[in-house]
Amino acid sequence: MATVDVDLPHVKDEDPHHHGPAKGLGRWLYTTNHKDIGSMYLIFSLTMFMIGGIMALIIRAELFQPGLQLVEPNFFNQMTTMHGLIMVFGAVMPAFVGLANWMIPMQIGAPDMALPRMNNWSFWILPFAFLILLSSLFMPGGAPNFGWTFYAPLSTTYAPESVTFFIFGVHIMGASSIMGAINIIATILNMRAPGMTLMKMPLFVWTWLITAFLLIAVMPVLAGVVTMMLMDIHFGTSFFNAAGGGDPVLFQHVFWFFGHPEVYIMILPAFGIISEIIPTFARKRLFGYSSMVYAVASIALLSFVVWAHHMFTVGMPLVGEVFFMFATMLIAVPTGVKVFNWTATMFRGSMTFETPMLFAIAFVVLFTIGGFSGLMLAIAPADFQYHDTYFVVAHFHYVLVPGAIFSIMAATYYWLPKWTGHQLNETMGKLHFWLSFVGVNVTFFPMHFVGLAGMPRRIPDYALQFADFNSMASVGAFIFGFSQLVFIYNVIQNVRAGEKATAQVWEGAQGLEWTVPSPAPYHTFSTPPKVD
Amino acid sequence: MSGSTYYVPEQSKWPILASVSLGLLAYGAAMTMTAMTADRDSFGPWVLGGGFLVLFYVIFGWFKDQIREEAEGLHSDQLDRSYRQGMLWFIFSEVMFFCAFFGALFYVRVFSVPWIGGEGDKGVTNMLWEGFTATWPLLQTPDMKQFPGATAVIDPWHLPLVNTVLLITSSVTVTFAHHALKENKRRALEAWLAATIILAVIFLYFQAVEYHEAYTELGLTLNSGIYGATFFMLTGFHGFHVMLGTTMLFVMLLRCFDGAFSPEKHFAFEAVAWYWHFVDVVWVGLFIFVYIL
Repeated sequence: MATVDVDLPHVKDEDPHHHGPAKGLGRWLYTTNHKDIGSMYLIFSLTMFMIGGIMALIIRAELFQPGLQLVEPNFFNQMTTMHGLIMVFGAVMPAFVGLANWMIPMQIGAPDMALPRMNNWSFWILPFAFLILLSSLFMPGGAPNFGWTFYAPLSTTYAPESVTFFIFGVHIMGASSIMGAINIIATILNMRAPGMTLMKMPLFVWTWLITAFLLIAVMPVLAGVVTMMLMDIHFGTSFFNAAGGGDPVLFQHVFWFFGHPEVYIMILPAFGIISEIIPTFARKRLFGYSSMVYAVASIALLSFVVWAHHMFTVGMPLVGEVFFMFATMLIAVPTGVKVFNWTATMFRGSMTFETPMLFAIAFVVLFTIGGFSGLMLAIAPADFQYHDTYFVVAHFHYVLVPGAIFSIMAATYYWLPKWTGHQLNETMGKLHFWLSFVGVNVTFFPMHFVGLAGMPRRIPDYALQFADFNSMASVGAFIFGFSQLVFIYNVIQNVRAGEKATAQVWEGAQGLEWTVPSPAPYHTFSTPPKVD
Repeated sequence: MSGSTYYVPEQSKWPILASVSLGLLAYGAAMTMTAMTADRDSFGPWVLGGGFLVLFYVIFGWFKDQIREEAEGLHSDQLDRSYRQGMLWFIFSEVMFFCAFFGALFYVRVFSVPWIGGEGDKGVTNMLWEGFTATWPLLQTPDMKQFPGATAVIDPWHLPLVNTVLLITSSVTVTFAHHALKENKRRALEAWLAATIILAVIFLYFQAVEYHEAYTELGLTLNSGIYGATFFMLTGFHGFHVMLGTTMLFVMLLRCFDGAFSPEKHFAFEAVAWYWHFVDVVWVGLFIFVYIL
């Protein structure tokens, strides 16, 4: 990555037009400030992470022992469904958008997002969308119980009444995502400071540019598929009903055409974050900057032609199985490029292991484990054994929890001093890291074994031979869940007090955001900084 | 002002109100439809109506603010570029929405309907619907009791052909209007714009006539199997977009009467024109893949 020398004529606000934040509740309701909106996204995401986490703990508590202990099977199904939906759409995606809001304008030398009012709109849709989704828990028949992938006909013919609320909730959160993505693309393409060429942009910005493209391309497809569901449920169409010439498998095709790019939407910004953090603490430039950019772009393009690897057992023609198998395995190539580049960046660097770096290194190792189990699942004949078992659960939790979630935590610890102006409490940060690291692995590693041995996912009971590993996973889940209270404590403590942070914060940090004071002023740049 | 200092728009109450309206619309629509299918009363329509009221208030207020700020010269060239990019990406997202429905159409035609009819290596599913043969348009559905197929489909060479000519002509007339605007010929601008709107309204009228014929004479309904489902969803969403586009063109005409737009700065007009071309292109796709083939 190019180093940037910055000439800042004045970072303090001298222009009377640029005042500080407004007072009271109005500041948050009407704000057009990317930092306010970024903070709201992050707080919203943390709230949803906790709600989704409680649901996960209900699931793990039920699975602690074989037999039915705590909840009814139907409620168990509601928990798996809502946990998935909330974590994907409420926790991971808004967290990345929040980080984008905070960091992209600062990293490219922009005054704010390109379309600040639409930015506010994108955020404020989310609380309404999730209120609608959560309210379905209290409706007759209960919340959606058909899994976060909401396959038809479970989600149409056999769905509880609340499915319609779910559909409209998805519609408005999709609108929020599309507007957020349009804003990010317009900001990156149009608001860069003079001299900030595309190939000088920090990788977090690059990965978000590509992620935003994916969002605009696939969120409308999600809107399309839930609209087809809506019409099948209420208006007599037969998209997913073979009696009228439709096909339930059509649902899966359209859903996964959205769904597979969606999983990259949840990991590409993580790649960007890790590519920012590792060079800082290895005190070396990122190895292979341009190959990183091309790798992300190829992963994004390939993500459009691999969707049916989620459907190997559904009864596709052989040529489809073979095509989707090889296309999927191709993704390992650019992903491997990224892992090797991170490793090469650390090689012979003068490394230190502050909290963000610990999370970043754990990301590289554990995400790679998740990647390898993904390769196993990509092999169509083997997938007939693994499909819908806990092996799949282990796989996607390895890429999402120590993958996406760890990257979000790494990013929070990395940039928190820039946001609050206070240095981190390293002891508490490391405590949080080690508890999380142990908790995650104790939770999800045993799931590989029970999955390979045939334990199906989304079932509240299991055969006796799976008991030991399941109780282990449940203990790990409670360790991981409660250690997040340390995270919340760390964030609150850092906002309230702490040693004054310097502008650069981390000794090896490079880039525009480290040239402005900590905390960053309410309006970072009132005139474009010069980037050489 | 571009280049020297940055411009950041002031705080605004419109986005949060827009979010409130979307929340009400979503909740109200869900309440209404759930009650409709369960055949019971609900106050969903009131929530939905409230959502629409707030929405219209927001649309009027937000655009009013935009127009005022632009007239005050607050909009920098940079913001203008952001608007353009935003509109183009919005249209791209709309294209992808239609792609989902076109994809569904291609999938059922190429794969699933022939399979239910017994073709290919997935043709074993035919045992579920013995005697069913795959045809397109699918007039005989596998289960004629649950999904009674249509007796015939719309003939593409009558109204749809006329509609194709109407929409393509309207794309041309809106371009004439744009050129007239750039040459500052206000009378020509207003005339071409009005012509576009008239063509659009005739198009919509013919679509309504066609729907009426489909429902009353051909038995082609949402309920008549996958042909009816894809036909009405594709043409219906297109028709809805034409309605939206026509409204936008009409607002542009009113603003022209009001003396808005200069030969140099007229982004709103251009955005509507782009949207109109997009609606036109989708129709060409519909005419080929839904009506003719």
